[in-house]
Amino acid sequence: MKPVNHSRVPLYAFLAFLLLMYATPAEGHLNTTGMGPIYDGMMHFLMSPEDLVPVLALTLLAGLRGAASGRRALFVIPVAWLLGGLAGLSAAAANPHPFIAAGWFLLLGGLLAADAKLSLRVTTALAAFLGLYHGYLNGTGMGLFETAAVALLGLVFAVFVLVALAAALVVRLRAEWTRIAVRVAGSWIAASGLLMLGWAVRTR
Amino acid sequence: MKRQANIACPQASFAWVGLLRSLTVLVLVFIFAPTASAHPQKGEAIGFLNGFRHPISGLDHVLAMVAVGLWGAQLGSPSIWLLPVAFPMVMAVGGMLGLMGVPLPGVEYGIALSAILLGAAVMFEVRPPLGIAAALVGFFAIFHGHAHGTELPAGQSALLYSMGFVIATGCLHGLGIAIGTLHRWPWGQKFLRVAGALVSMGGLFFMWRAVA
Repeated sequence: MKPVNHSRVPLYAFLAFLLLMYATPAEGHLNTTGMGPIYDGMMHFLMSPEDLVPVLALTLLAGLRGAASGRRALFVIPVAWLLGGLAGLSAAAANPHPFIAAGWFLLLGGLLAADAKLSLRVTTALAAFLGLYHGYLNGTGMGLFETAAVALLGLVFAVFVLVALAAALVVRLRAEWTRIAVRVAGSWIAASGLLMLGWAVRTR
Repeated sequence: MKRQANIACPQASFAWVGLLRSLTVLVLVFIFAPTASAHPQKGEAIGFLNGFRHPISGLDHVLAMVAVGLWGAQLGSPSIWLLPVAFPMVMAVGGMLGLMGVPLPGVEYGIALSAILLGAAVMFEVRPPLGIAAALVGFFAIFHGHAHGTELPAGQSALLYSMGFVIATGCLHGLGIAIGTLHRWPWGQKFLRVAGALVSMGGLFFMWRAVA
């Protein structure tokens, strides 16, 4: 009888097909929008709550303090973000420390909930620190790409627009309940920070 | 001898090889199987919606949180906003303790008692000084937060989960406040008292279940 010839090629092909079917998306780089690095940078900021929420909290706080503080935040945060990002582009990749991330939520959310009467100088300092820190972290992640500087510009532009809209909205709030609603948002941010802190301790 | 036997019976050999191949494929399929997402709350915390669902998944928590809003609305300003602000903040402290593994005795009793007392406060329209009302609400918030914190598994997205969790709690207070606006009408005041009585009865049921 003629011996059966068991070719392994179909088996390997089938296994390769299965492996390809289960391939997961590569997550080594930014999610691209398909519309170029400017929009990629904007989307990166808008889709990253760890960046977006502290900026929003500080902006709301500055808005509650009046037009001068809001205007100062509008220019200081994006500029500091850009400087931090440019510094981070040439640095090694770094991950945000969970305690520091929780700390920003706690600090800014707590100040907002308490409607802290911060001076213009303190608001400026907070805005500068926040922008430099988060910008630096963004920069370290983006430094792996050729178009990083352009994406960083898009990101900073998104920061500028968010701060402008949120600050302008809060500055003109006059009714008491609307200002309280802003403070309630601050308490939620601070409460999220507390839970994040507990989570960070638990997972260490 | 074995090879000879295989040659002598080629169909048996072919079946054996086919079985091996099938098993190999099966093993590979199982190795690459994705995580089942049917019960995300028991496995891992993976996002905003899971966090949002957590507080509203337990009736004992829902009753107490809505009662906080109802009571705040009955008491009027500044309690109407101070109590719902105090509750999530202190609840997060309790949640943090629970996440850290700090034990708190009698959590289930505390939760049931919170529904009983907060419901009673709404039912009798109790009007204590603001500090006492805030302290009472904050005290019970610790138990609610601790229970949530203990139940929460270590997850990939603590931030989104935490935000969903806190916002859902705030929305439950908001629901209570919205219902509490009925207080401006006489029939609404009676309605709120009945609602408080129902919350208290719910608390009694959960207390009975905790003790039994």
